[in-house]
Amino acid sequence: MEPSPATTAPVSTVTATSAIPAPVQDTRPAFDAQNVSIFYTQKPAVDGVTLQVPSRSVTAIIGPSGCGKSTFLRCLNRMHELVPGARMTGTIRLYGDDLYAPEIDPTVVRRRVGMVFQKSNPFPTMSIAENVTVGLRLNGVRDRAFLRERMEQALRMSALWDEVKNDLNRPGISLSGGQQQRLCIARAVAVQPEVLLMDEPASALDPIATSKVEELINDLKKNYTIVIVTHNMQQATRVADQTAFFYLGKLIEFAPTRELFNNPRQPQTEAYITGRFG
Amino acid sequence: MSDPKQMRPASRARDAVFQWFCFLMACGVLVLIVLVGYVLWGGSADVFRKFGWKFLTGSDWDPNTGSFGALPFIFGTLVSSLLALAIAAPLAISTAIYLTELAPHRLRQPLVFMIEMLSAIPSVIYGLWAIFIMLPWLSQSVFPLLRHSLGALPKSIPLFHHEIPTPALLFSGPTGAGYSMLSGAIIIAVMILPIITSVSREILRSVPDLQREAAYGLGATRWEVTRIAVLSYAKKGLFGAMILGLGRALGETMAVTMVIGNTPRISPSLFSPGYTLASVIANEFAEATSDDYLHALVAIGLVLMAVTVVVNLCAQLILKLSGTEVGAVR
Repeated sequence: MEPSPATTAPVSTVTATSAIPAPVQDTRPAFDAQNVSIFYTQKPAVDGVTLQVPSRSVTAIIGPSGCGKSTFLRCLNRMHELVPGARMTGTIRLYGDDLYAPEIDPTVVRRRVGMVFQKSNPFPTMSIAENVTVGLRLNGVRDRAFLRERMEQALRMSALWDEVKNDLNRPGISLSGGQQQRLCIARAVAVQPEVLLMDEPASALDPIATSKVEELINDLKKNYTIVIVTHNMQQATRVADQTAFFYLGKLIEFAPTRELFNNPRQPQTEAYITGRFG
Repeated sequence: MSDPKQMRPASRARDAVFQWFCFLMACGVLVLIVLVGYVLWGGSADVFRKFGWKFLTGSDWDPNTGSFGALPFIFGTLVSSLLALAIAAPLAISTAIYLTELAPHRLRQPLVFMIEMLSAIPSVIYGLWAIFIMLPWLSQSVFPLLRHSLGALPKSIPLFHHEIPTPALLFSGPTGAGYSMLSGAIIIAVMILPIITSVSREILRSVPDLQREAAYGLGATRWEVTRIAVLSYAKKGLFGAMILGLGRALGETMAVTMVIGNTPRISPSLFSPGYTLASVIANEFAEATSDDYLHALVAIGLVLMAVTVVVNLCAQLILKLSGTEVGAVR
């Protein structure tokens, strides 16, 4: 197979002329979650989860519907706070910084921790180019040459550049579903977040588009820490270095992917991956 | 699976009845519009035959001498309605944004209820309120302030050997007791506020949460989320909400009649009294004794309908033209 353009993209050659940091080279765990519980009502949706997400690798979160995997993912960039009445206890550190410290603004957290959603959601009134650069423009970047460079780089990283380079002014929503999802990934990586969260990013895509997104995840982990929620266990085995299994809000097992699937330690994990429930 | 013999065969007859029923009901609307137009046209044909275009372009309205020029009313209707829209739209859309994006959830329902209450107040009550509360306040405090600030600016500026009039003209001249174009516009603005707010709120609520999350996920603040995810998604719908409000404003009668001053005159000053198409019909229909006078008032009705249709067509055109703008940027 041809090496995709993303593998050769000169990520580190972009001189930092903006306030946005380059991807972190830190070897500490990206996320350090200690005893995290999240409540929407009295009953916890996530119950006492302690988990360390290694840097520059792909971590999958699997589990049956309603197990709290999406909720846990959303508390990693404080997106769960958009739900009225949501509460969270415990601590989450991103490379040592407490994300829930009182002086921390959630918008700053979300600039460090990018997110890709279940359904592609490009901004319908913006062109492809504008969709990719919107995050930078929100950060006050006005330098056109720099925006253009970052846009091309983000689109190359998302393996979309060759397909759209001649149509950059077309609306983002004129693309196919799979292309739209890669556009959303480009939009997220254009601001060079330290971590990328993905909430079932391929669940609305056909098999070909899914495999493109999975290839992309494999490419991105050279530069990024990725946490992906998926209901598709095959997908977890294909893309993830380590996998966490959630059940009824609790973290049941967290292990290297191969180990978790070949040699699960917990009976619930085994029951789930062998298809006895879920 | 159940036995197919037990199931009723798909009925085409029912479907046909359903289709025809809905078709006829929809036709009813069309028939109504045609009938209204026909009656108005029939009643006003004499006037147009007698006065021709002069009826629309003439600015002299004096039933005693038999001169009928509708221009001051057209002017009054357009100016008061557009001004009302300019006052109401920012208020209504900001309120709708507050209600859908910012207000604490406990507060939302009571606020919505109160706004909907506003639209349940009868027009004549608004008029009374305007006469007893609003006009004294406007004529004693607001109008003098406007007159001495904005109205004190130069009334015209020289440009290429021409004197170009400035907006200062709008706020010059005597302010009187407050019966004026501006008062009329303000009371219309109050009255169209609820409809624009309600429709805008529905439009904003229809913006998918996924759009907001996309913006939040990039680290946008609430204002940025509203700007890039909500308003840009909803702008066409919001424009539609404004046009609905404008439609209401054009036909608004009672409250305006009570405060606008009812003087058929075209004046640049917003402090001077005006007259609208709807007001003149309401005021003078009972005293229209001659045939010409009566026909002229019916013709005013036709003009009002035409103005409303033209304004709506213009709005459609603007929407259509702006539709091609997406993606054609740079």
